[in-house]
Amino acid sequence: MHELSIMQSALSMALDQARQAGASQVLVIRLRIGALSGVAPDALQFAFEVLAPGTLAEKAQLAIEPVPARFWCADCRREFVSDDLFAECPGCHRPSGELRAGRELEVASLEIE
Amino acid sequence: MCENCGCGSTAEAPISVSARHDAQDQAHEHEHEHEPGLEHEHSDDHDHGHRHSHEASHSHSHSHHSHSHEAAGPESSPAQAAESRRTLEVRRAILDKNDRLAERNRGFFRARGLLVLNVLSAPGSGKTAFLRETVRTLAPHLKAGVIVGDLATDNDAQRLRETGAPVVQITTGTVCHLEAQMVARAVAQLDLNGLGLLIIENVGNLVCPAAYDLGEELRVVLLSVTEGEDKPLKYPPMFQAADVVVISKIDLAAACGYDRDLALAHLRRIAPRARLFETSARTGQGMDEWREFLLCQSAEQKARDPLGSEP
Repeated sequence: MHELSIMQSALSMALDQARQAGASQVLVIRLRIGALSGVAPDALQFAFEVLAPGTLAEKAQLAIEPVPARFWCADCRREFVSDDLFAECPGCHRPSGELRAGRELEVASLEIE
Repeated sequence: MCENCGCGSTAEAPISVSARHDAQDQAHEHEHEHEPGLEHEHSDDHDHGHRHSHEASHSHSHSHHSHSHEAAGPESSPAQAAESRRTLEVRRAILDKNDRLAERNRGFFRARGLLVLNVLSAPGSGKTAFLRETVRTLAPHLKAGVIVGDLATDNDAQRLRETGAPVVQITTGTVCHLEAQMVARAVAQLDLNGLGLLIIENVGNLVCPAAYDLGEELRVVLLSVTEGEDKPLKYPPMFQAADVVVISKIDLAAACGYDRDLALAHLRRIAPRARLFETSARTGQGMDEWREFLLCQSAEQKARDPLGSEP
């Protein structure tokens, strides 16, 4: 359910952009999805297959670019990458509350013709 | 529709001004950041048919060949289909619209020196009782107004009105969270003169509201001792986004076998930077500390330069 509504918003944004650019069809929709966005790529793919038929994106490929989670440790002044929401800084082993990337839910680009 | 659980949404109902802006933004807003590593690369196969002005934001498209031209020169590439194939940079957050409206709210609140709290919790954590006590204890020092979101009824608003504070109820119908646009509309119904604090009591829900910025200064998440010490681990996005965590109903701790050390350990793990308060609206425990914190935050908000990002 969660992914279905997100996919619906993403698709409608993509279709708006494609129509404004005068596209006759959408070939690829590229999404950037953060590792900690709480959205499962497989479920997005499934939702896309449900929603795309009958639209300009009916034959489009859904390309999902995962964005790894990057945390900032203020004590060690360093950035580290982890896909664990409870990530600890590898330097001081304290949890970091500052997530710098990884929550993205973004329509990155389209291939149209 | 809610981006998280798919419940219905009133977000489509237009705010006249913003609806016009949105239409423009769809066509023109494209922040063209060229961060290292994210720049679009133009390989030799590309046909540079695009405008490339970096002064104005613009919708950015360029023709793109996916096939190679090793043997033939670009001028002899005939394939009509490939010629018309283009890449359209979009780079927009799926929740873009709400985020922009939230920033507008935030600018408005900051310009007035108004401290705004977005108060979130599961249903039944004691938000309304806690907020009623908050308004009462602050009354001699700081005047507060409240916006209350619920699916139905204005029971919470009535309970809060007993304090004498101005209260606006948003009845969301089937929507499980508040959105920035609903807050903007509710604020228009409040007399903000003399108010130093605006409390937004969100719909009781620990999932969907986490994704929606309302333009608040502080996100306050309540966890009652009756809910279980591991709740922050079960709903990490909500607790991770918290600036403040309030452990409520602390007077019931003994009765429900609440393990304080365990709860605090979980909270520190998921929200290490959040300020923690332990309160009881019934006995008043912890409410003085909470009041002093709010007064301090309010003074900071008033001193803030509305045009600066940080105080």
